[in-house]
Amino acid sequence: MYTYSDFDRAFINARNAQFRAQVERRIDGSLTEDEFRPLRLMNGLYLQLHAYMLRVAIPYGTLSSDQMRGLAFIAEKFDKGYGHFTTRQNIQYNWPKLKDVPDILDELAKVQLHAIQTSGNTIRNVTADHFAGASADELEDPRPYAELIRQWSTDHPEFQFLGRKFKIAVSGSPTDRAVTKAHDIGLRMVKNDAGDVGFEVIVGGGLGRTPMEGKVIREFLPKGDLLPYLESVVAVYNLLGRRDNKYKARIKITVHENGLDKYRELVEAEFPHRRAAFNGIDQELLDQIRPQFKSPYFTTAPKAEFEKAYAKDPVFRSFVDTNTATHRNDDYAIVTISIKKHGATPGDATAEQMRVMADLAEEFGHNELRISHEQNVVLPHVHKAHLPAIFARLQQADLATANVGLASDIIACPGMDYCALATARSIPVAQELAERFDALKLEHEVGELKIKISGCINACGHHHVGHIGILGLDRAGVENYQVTLGGDGSENFAIGERAGPGFSYAEIVPAIERVIKAYLEEREDDAETFIETYRRVGMAPFKAALYPDADKGRKHAA
Amino acid sequence: MSRKFTPKVVTANDLLEGDVIWLTEDDQWTRHMAEAELIVDEAHAQIRLLFAEGQLAHIVGPYLADAQAGENGPEPTHFRETFRTRGPSNYAHGKQVEA
Ligand code: SF4
Repeated sequence: MYTYSDFDRAFINARNAQFRAQVERRIDGSLTEDEFRPLRLMNGLYLQLHAYMLRVAIPYGTLSSDQMRGLAFIAEKFDKGYGHFTTRQNIQYNWPKLKDVPDILDELAKVQLHAIQTSGNTIRNVTADHFAGASADELEDPRPYAELIRQWSTDHPEFQFLGRKFKIAVSGSPTDRAVTKAHDIGLRMVKNDAGDVGFEVIVGGGLGRTPMEGKVIREFLPKGDLLPYLESVVAVYNLLGRRDNKYKARIKITVHENGLDKYRELVEAEFPHRRAAFNGIDQELLDQIRPQFKSPYFTTAPKAEFEKAYAKDPVFRSFVDTNTATHRNDDYAIVTISIKKHGATPGDATAEQMRVMADLAEEFGHNELRISHEQNVVLPHVHKAHLPAIFARLQQADLATANVGLASDIIACPGMDYCALATARSIPVAQELAERFDALKLEHEVGELKIKISGCINACGHHHVGHIGILGLDRAGVENYQVTLGGDGSENFAIGERAGPGFSYAEIVPAIERVIKAYLEEREDDAETFIETYRRVGMAPFKAALYPDADKGRKHAA
Repeated sequence: MSRKFTPKVVTANDLLEGDVIWLTEDDQWTRHMAEAELIVDEAHAQIRLLFAEGQLAHIVGPYLADAQAGENGPEPTHFRETFRTRGPSNYAHGKQVEA
């Protein structure tokens, strides 16, 4: 795993000292809020509905056990004993006091984490496949490149005042677990005809007010050209992107308004200059980074105990079947720890739970943890022999819910319980849905289903790419929930289609239940997933289930 | 014709804590909405907002929020403002337990 260089350390410490002085000057009145606001946002500090919120980046979703413990310590000492993991592989603390924030940043620096560029019109935390370096289907671990991007983009002088925020995601696998098509730039590792591995570069994707699927601007970019090419794409955006209208400022609009061909031409014209300027320094850096991501030394152990437990204990078997994924080493598994027990807040973990997960990673998981954009925690490298022990410990910590990828594994943004921009709540909708699914005992039968909820049009909860998406709105002073169906954030990317009029807070849970029951009736067999059924039969049967009265109305009218 | 003025309170967040606060008649900031000044006159509302904007050494982001007279003092009319008097719905945190 990457550890800070002397340069990283000196830079973070200097930034933290600057911010400490800025906070002091705000408190003693020498800085106005207008002066202070951009400074606090540059350091990830927001003011939300009830309190400040500090957003800490977890670069490409990778944490060591010590880093997780550092996050737990902060949660306990400076917050209310928990943290919220987000869809952008960040952690948010919902209750810090202004005067404590400089101390929190120093604590973060001790475990090599920071909150820089988690806000503002800059290049944000670079996200990656949470199974990177572990999954069986990967071409190469994308994280050395993600770290290179982190270093390049952090405090990049040219890109501190972009027209709007800018998000980059990287995946090393043909299975897209990083939603690369919904990012300003998505990078997917691909192999060309000559057998070389490079990047497919996707630009102009995004959700929010105007959801758009990213477009391929370069089918094959040699790995060595990554930074100069990225810099060309962002430089073109920086000049060409609109600054007259906040809602038209993202690169998706720039690409859309100018056309992909013109955008590509401008990038290709810029590229040789940028490449010449890099002078090989990026490759030197990459050479220093790469060994830090070398594969763990995989061990061997007898699997008899695991196999026995798997055969005998149905609860353990369900956990293994639902929460583990195929590792590139046959003796290993990737374990996803659901922090979405039925009724819990999606993405929240207590300090105690963070410590349990950190300990498990240390004892059984080569010291590595990941945070997924689906708001769960992953132990990427676990020998199968250790699964029974891990499961037992997770059970004790209330972390053994076997629902990964199922209906109750819901993504939900903070919504109006915390977020100042929200138009409705999302967390209690997720809680009530999950409790309902638990009561119905149907979700294992339903199988893979991704429900995603946002509390406003900004779509932090990725509702457009949920198989079932829910968007909370304010309709004449009342919470109202719009349903979209058929979205998909994977390599089969699709933006969901709006089903019809929205539902009140009291109606939304039964409405979603009707959608799921309609799926069970429509599917060809158990193997056909919700999204496959939707693609085959389309909106009509789901619409009929959502709006049974509307159907009656039409019949009466006929 | 301009829209009819509806009663307001001046609200903001406290600089140090980030907590929700309201402006009282005697120019203090309170953590309880019921103690806020209910403003029924549009011109007076602007004056009170200007006053709040002069207090930015201690508060952040003042604005006028819709309110109505209740038994014990001003009450919110919109759900967002109701949540601001209570705190989040997923945990017993914030005003609902600290007030
Ligand atoms: S989607 Fe809206 S409500 Fe939810 S976190 Fe983002 S900005 Fe806030």
